[in-house]
Amino acid sequence: MSMNQNPTEGYLDMELLRFTTAGSVDDGKSTLIGRLLYDSKAIFEDQMEAVKDYSLRRGRTEIDLSLFTDGLRSEREQGITIDVAYRYFATPKRKFIIADTPGHIQYTRNMVTGASTANAAIILIDARNGITEQTRRHCFIASLLRIPNLIVCVNKMDLVDYDASIYNRILFEFKSLESKLNFNEIKFVPISALNGDNVVQKSAKMPWYTGITLLEVLETTDIQTGNNFTDGRFPVQYVIRPHHTNYHDYRGYAGRIEGGIFHPGDQVVVLPSGFRSVVESIDQYKSSVTEAFPPMSVTMRLADDLDISRGDMIVKADSMPDVGQDINAMVCWMNPSPMRLGGSYILRQTTREVKCILRDSASRVDVNTLEETDSHEALSMNEIGRVNIKTAKPLVFDTYQRNRRTGSLILIDEATNETVGVGMIV
Amino acid sequence: MSNFNLTHLQELEAESIYILREVAAQFERPVLLFSGGKDSIVLVHLSLKAFWPAPVPFPLLHIDTGHNFPETLEYRDKLVRQTGTTLIVGSVEESIRQGRVVDEKGVNASRNVLQTTTLLDAIAAHKFDAAIGGARRDEEKARAKERFFSHRDEFGQWDPKNQRPELWNIFNGRKRLGEHFRVFPISNWTEMDVWQYILLEKIEMPSLYFTHRRLVFQRDGVWLADAPFMAKFPDEKVVEMDVRCRTIGDVTCTGVTLSHANSVEDIVNEIAATRITERGGRYDDRRSDAAMEDRKREGYF
Repeated sequence: MSMNQNPTEGYLDMELLRFTTAGSVDDGKSTLIGRLLYDSKAIFEDQMEAVKDYSLRRGRTEIDLSLFTDGLRSEREQGITIDVAYRYFATPKRKFIIADTPGHIQYTRNMVTGASTANAAIILIDARNGITEQTRRHCFIASLLRIPNLIVCVNKMDLVDYDASIYNRILFEFKSLESKLNFNEIKFVPISALNGDNVVQKSAKMPWYTGITLLEVLETTDIQTGNNFTDGRFPVQYVIRPHHTNYHDYRGYAGRIEGGIFHPGDQVVVLPSGFRSVVESIDQYKSSVTEAFPPMSVTMRLADDLDISRGDMIVKADSMPDVGQDINAMVCWMNPSPMRLGGSYILRQTTREVKCILRDSASRVDVNTLEETDSHEALSMNEIGRVNIKTAKPLVFDTYQRNRRTGSLILIDEATNETVGVGMIV
Repeated sequence: MSNFNLTHLQELEAESIYILREVAAQFERPVLLFSGGKDSIVLVHLSLKAFWPAPVPFPLLHIDTGHNFPETLEYRDKLVRQTGTTLIVGSVEESIRQGRVVDEKGVNASRNVLQTTTLLDAIAAHKFDAAIGGARRDEEKARAKERFFSHRDEFGQWDPKNQRPELWNIFNGRKRLGEHFRVFPISNWTEMDVWQYILLEKIEMPSLYFTHRRLVFQRDGVWLADAPFMAKFPDEKVVEMDVRCRTIGDVTCTGVTLSHANSVEDIVNEIAATRITERGGRYDDRRSDAAMEDRKREGYF
């Protein structure tokens, strides 16, 4: 499973999958990640020695796989994961980035953070307990953040004698949840992270399970479903003007393709100004490309000399985004100081920064039951609800459901400069 | 849709270029921390790509401990000439002369910790508001939680329990006067990714990374390069071996590995087969279990 075979050959054209794991100390999440890293040989001998040494000093007799993922000193002391940590491993097929987040209710904000860049989410269910409040919360957040693929691992199968009927009962129970969730695909795997059953190696103890292992699921999950390939979106990040003799008249717009496929010759509109032009060239270092798609970083040149700067968006004329100052967003509050209704904040969306006022809160979502109820109270930390935002200048946006990159925003407190809230435009 | 697929290296490159452009757009006086190691060399390469055909819009800052491999300085000066970038050097020797720091004593003395003061002084003197570094999250436990945009207070300190949330690709670089940011564009790269990228992009590397004969001695299982300023125990015998550096830093703390790797391809194959992390040879991390976290809190790279 390591990248040992033909590293120079195989490794150069691997794909990248970003996934998130949510769970608490009790459901074996850290052990599962430790297992994935260990079995795919992403853990090195000196890391292994350090963990062995630490386990022994703490009076444990076996190596605690979960220690591989517990990074900061304060976490080790408390024995909990307090923040999002990123882990890396690779197989000959793919490189993986894990956003590892804690699962307690007070850490909703961390789960939201980890989910924002993920293309798949692993949810762990303890086979002994079945679906809990925490399972529902994790599923809901993954669904709200539009992670396209959900992988449900029924863990600790070793503690229920690898019993198929227990696994099937959990699957059946899960069906009642599915109507409230919004995923492209949901897959189920019965595992024991502790013993490694069906994680990397197929388990001999569960012959009744005919599906593939968790690692095989990760290797075959669709990595493109997170990107929008239909609506051409190019937020301008930075204007490149070399001012030297060879490139005297060069004026390029640097940025990332956040939606659709762009070609030279495409009809485009610059928003919010509404000027029309044609793509003259799409440049990368010392060369040009014939097409550009998410998530490429490119420099675009237009046929006309227009006044364009950071915060503007170049869009394809065949599918226009919304432009407006009245925004409705599902907001998750991230800061210990609660939201100030009627208060003014700085809003960032794509490369644009504007002032805004949080006018009204319309609802509150119970992340445990997935119920949305009317509420006009201001949100506190870790709460999620619908908020009406008025911006000082127009935003160029899509709904979050249509495009995660042009439909997301953050709210910054003007006094502290902290990121206090994050929103998904509805 | 299968035509619209980037390889993992293309995707990592696109992400890093995006971050570098965010730095240029959000900050007034950014600087790139250049150590002479492979990660900062890749950062310079990515910066050239991010702003082409315009020049790189920030200078390079090298913190010189005075205990450098001469090859590092040679490579550095050549790179600066070839890329047309500006170089600023912060000198630890100078900080010692000014009495800002005191050299460590004894056999395990290293100027690694002293660099922090020189770095923070340089940041203050030049009013830099963003320092771009080549740290990667896979290097070390404390770094696994570091943000791309990492806020530092007016004392240059990092507060790991109170980091700003970082979602999607929206980066908040707002700060008060006197505060600054550390930015890590290659956070998501692994050691393997870095070498594969060097191979793919044919980036010229310092000779220290390739096999060469060198006078070395062993301490706690780590091979260290001999130099006039390296204090040794009587039983530490200096021998000549074929070695290469896996990381490049100050001579006092950079372990070397026995290796015959002669090309970038050899290095990639060697890393694929190896079972020790690159920082396993870093003497500075061995000081304690949380050595890196403690140094980072104080303002280390």
